[in-house]
Amino acid sequence: MNFPVLSIAVLTPLVGSLIELVQPADKKTRIRVIGAIAGFITMSLSLYLYFAYDRSVGGWQFIEEMPWVPSMGISWKLGCDGVNLPMLSLTGIVLFTGTLISWAIDDRPREFYAFLLMLTTGVMGVFASLDLFLLFFAYELAVFPMYLLIVIWGWKVTREYAAMKLTLYLLVGSIIALVGLLAIYFKTGLHTFDMIQLAQADLPVDFQKIFFLPVFLGFGVLAAIWPFHTWSPDGHVAAPTAVSMLHAGVLMKVGAYSALRVGIQLMPEGAKMWLPWIVILTVVNVVYGASVAMVQKDFKYVIGYSSVSHMGLVTMGFAAMNLTSMTGSGVQMFSHGIMTALFFAIVGVVYERSHTRNLPDLGGFVRKMPWVAVAFVIGGLVSMGMPGLSGFVAEFQILTGVWDAYPLAAALSVLGIVFTAAYVLRVTGQVFFGELKPEFEHITDATVLDKVALFILCAVLIIVGVFPSIMVDLVSSGMEPIVNLLGG
Amino acid sequence: MDFSAVVPEILLLVLAFIVLGLDLFASERGKKALGYVGVTGLLAVFVLNFFWSPGGSDPTMSGMIAADSISVVFKGLFLLAAAMVLLISQGFKGIGRQGEYVALVIVAAIGMSLMASSANLIMLYVAMETTSIALFILAAYMKGNVKSVEAGLKYFLFGAFASALMLYGMSLVYGLTGTTDLTGIALAVAGMSDELLLMVVGIVLMLVGFSFKVSAVPFHMWTPDVYEGAPTPITAFISVASKAAGFSVVLRVLFTAFGVNGVQAEWVALLAAFSVVTMTLGNVVALWQTNIKRLLAYSSIAQAGYMLVGVVSASELGVAAVLFYLMTYTLTNIAVFTVIIIFSRVSGSDEIAAYDGLSRRSPYLALAMLLAILSLGGIPPLGGFFGKLYLFSAAIEQGYVWLVVIGVLNSIVSLFYYLGVVIRPMYVNRSEEEDKPLPIPAPLMATLVACVAGIVLLGIFPTPFFELAQRVAVALF
Repeated sequence: MNFPVLSIAVLTPLVGSLIELVQPADKKTRIRVIGAIAGFITMSLSLYLYFAYDRSVGGWQFIEEMPWVPSMGISWKLGCDGVNLPMLSLTGIVLFTGTLISWAIDDRPREFYAFLLMLTTGVMGVFASLDLFLLFFAYELAVFPMYLLIVIWGWKVTREYAAMKLTLYLLVGSIIALVGLLAIYFKTGLHTFDMIQLAQADLPVDFQKIFFLPVFLGFGVLAAIWPFHTWSPDGHVAAPTAVSMLHAGVLMKVGAYSALRVGIQLMPEGAKMWLPWIVILTVVNVVYGASVAMVQKDFKYVIGYSSVSHMGLVTMGFAAMNLTSMTGSGVQMFSHGIMTALFFAIVGVVYERSHTRNLPDLGGFVRKMPWVAVAFVIGGLVSMGMPGLSGFVAEFQILTGVWDAYPLAAALSVLGIVFTAAYVLRVTGQVFFGELKPEFEHITDATVLDKVALFILCAVLIIVGVFPSIMVDLVSSGMEPIVNLLGG
Repeated sequence: MDFSAVVPEILLLVLAFIVLGLDLFASERGKKALGYVGVTGLLAVFVLNFFWSPGGSDPTMSGMIAADSISVVFKGLFLLAAAMVLLISQGFKGIGRQGEYVALVIVAAIGMSLMASSANLIMLYVAMETTSIALFILAAYMKGNVKSVEAGLKYFLFGAFASALMLYGMSLVYGLTGTTDLTGIALAVAGMSDELLLMVVGIVLMLVGFSFKVSAVPFHMWTPDVYEGAPTPITAFISVASKAAGFSVVLRVLFTAFGVNGVQAEWVALLAAFSVVTMTLGNVVALWQTNIKRLLAYSSIAQAGYMLVGVVSASELGVAAVLFYLMTYTLTNIAVFTVIIIFSRVSGSDEIAAYDGLSRRSPYLALAMLLAILSLGGIPPLGGFFGKLYLFSAAIEQGYVWLVVIGVLNSIVSLFYYLGVVIRPMYVNRSEEEDKPLPIPAPLMATLVACVAGIVLLGIFPTPFFELAQRVAVALF
């Protein structure tokens, strides 16, 4: 316990990033290996924390605290509970698989890995933080390298537009949230950013009613809440593969997680007033995201919009405010993170060989890359919520919980799931089955590293699906105090 | 008379004469080392300045000089900036006659030090003119270069104009209060019931002179031309030290002489308006720039606007925030201009388009620029982030939420050009010169490394520096 595992897990990517920066630019293999090692260590530490957490005790564990800016009551305070442990593991897994998938990047890999690792430290920091200021600090650190990663290594056609759009959306969102954070800080008068103390401060109900909305929606921009989602498909499509994986897989969860921790947990009275209205936005998320995904011609845009749709389920689970739905949301954040990372990894593998993502031009890839096709089908089944896979565990609980609170919303969301099935099956057919075009006769199978990455991601999806108890109870124990704050 | 309050300034004067004297006798090779003599001397005075305590913070020397703790911190900033400016001037093309150049930089530093510790309007005026005249000459130092001469002349004309208005304001204040002593003025203003309007006119006219120094709108017009034309090390000097000196005067005069209730509300309202216009104009016009020095000129105007937010807060926290912001801003801007000097030595151009492909040509130079620019934009974990945070918290504490909202919106606009205009070409675009080497001379390298390390340090461990700023801010209240 005295050994600061959590801090080390958070700082490992940063150290990796600094080590990358001092490498000679032309030693590309060494640079990739260092990136992968940093990713592996981060993953191992986060998984260690996941399994070392004492579930019989529950609550906050691995708390590490050190004063940082005492004059403003800011400290380096980290801790783990049932909600953020799956998120930390998710980050570790996606980072490691992302570093493997990025092996093919040949243009300035040193800078690429350095920025990627820097971003991951920000993400880990948000998830692990128990200090409101540290959370915001890490949040910003997670957002700005994204601009560089997209604008430098992204898809040439839209990268400049998409990178700037994404950065401005996220910064505006985060700064609106910051105003809320500072307001909370000054309102409590406790002169501390410690979230555990702030949660006990009993902010006045009127204050909560005013400030809940900016904080929740400010962070919600990053969770792609409709109508603030438009940066998301553009950003995902323009980003290089590993960045899309991290972005859709992890960064969007940073938004949802912060909205939960800061918005709902610190201002439950505000949440009770506003969430019944926010549920309308989330229904639009689910149904609109899925229906737009149905008509996309670009492989990557399909996945981009599917993320908008699935993240809608997460926020809808929050909005239903009961333990079943919120547990489902917690699991969904993890499950969707892994699933969408898998999807983007596959899009990357396919695009790198076909040089097109236009669905009508693709086809028959199962003959060239059978294992990739299997992985895509597994991801697709998760996406549709097939029992035995992690998506079912998550979405079933969300919909059961939402049914209790808002039956109409639950009914409409089922429509989204039907659409999901439609687009997943369509894409699977268009990309992997049918006739192999003559120009693709010579493409090669995925590399070994790609397969390792896809295997890890698929394995996680199956394990959580077959043994839901390794995650559900944990998340449920973490969500319980939050649900109690909401009075039910 | 007791000269202990001005020992650092006296030492600087001695240093300037030593440099001039050596210049007379030194060989051609020896003259090249004069810059290092200046750097060593400035750093020695920098260190001494912090340990030298003349005792007591009451004005001495017939009430002319207040060598209090806040002036010590300001002097530290000027001396450090001057030393770094001399370092990055090493080998700069177009700066001949090293001796005079070094001596002029030192004289400007003396002027600034006196500005920071003036307790009397007369002293203040003399100190400001000492600084300005040295800077006018330095701006025009590349005699053969039309733009440099133009810069010097423009700087001089605007400066003379602003200085005349300021002097008129001082004479009004003197006429109303019968004293030029800052604490004396405060007493007189406190006891005043009528003629407050005329007093406000006097303050406004004085603010004209100060706004010229900090390049706040509407007295910013000289900034882009002077920044573009002056030798780049001098641009760096003007953008950091001269601005910091301007703020030292703004803080001291407004809080010591006019910090009483009747008039404070008036200048706070005025400065709040100045602040909004300054940051907005600076950021919006910067969007359209194609020359990096002009872009930084508008960026520095905008930065002055942010710092005015701290002045408007009119609290100890606000003053401390301005001081902390100046620390990060000094390091950041010197880092940026160092990169510009290193790059233009080789490319001969200050156009942003010339920076295409810099990250491939010299990855670390591009990284240094990236960190400095992100710090200017207020992104963690860099000094600029805490700078803005402190400024904005001070304003929120005093209830200026609307001003913070405008400041925050401005930061977002600024990121648009910092990232889109400055950083993007370096990282995204290709250029035919990518493979050519980009040598970095040792003194410039040292300055750059020191500045970037400082920016990161201030962004990760801001506490000791902010606490220092808070301790000395008390001196003004």
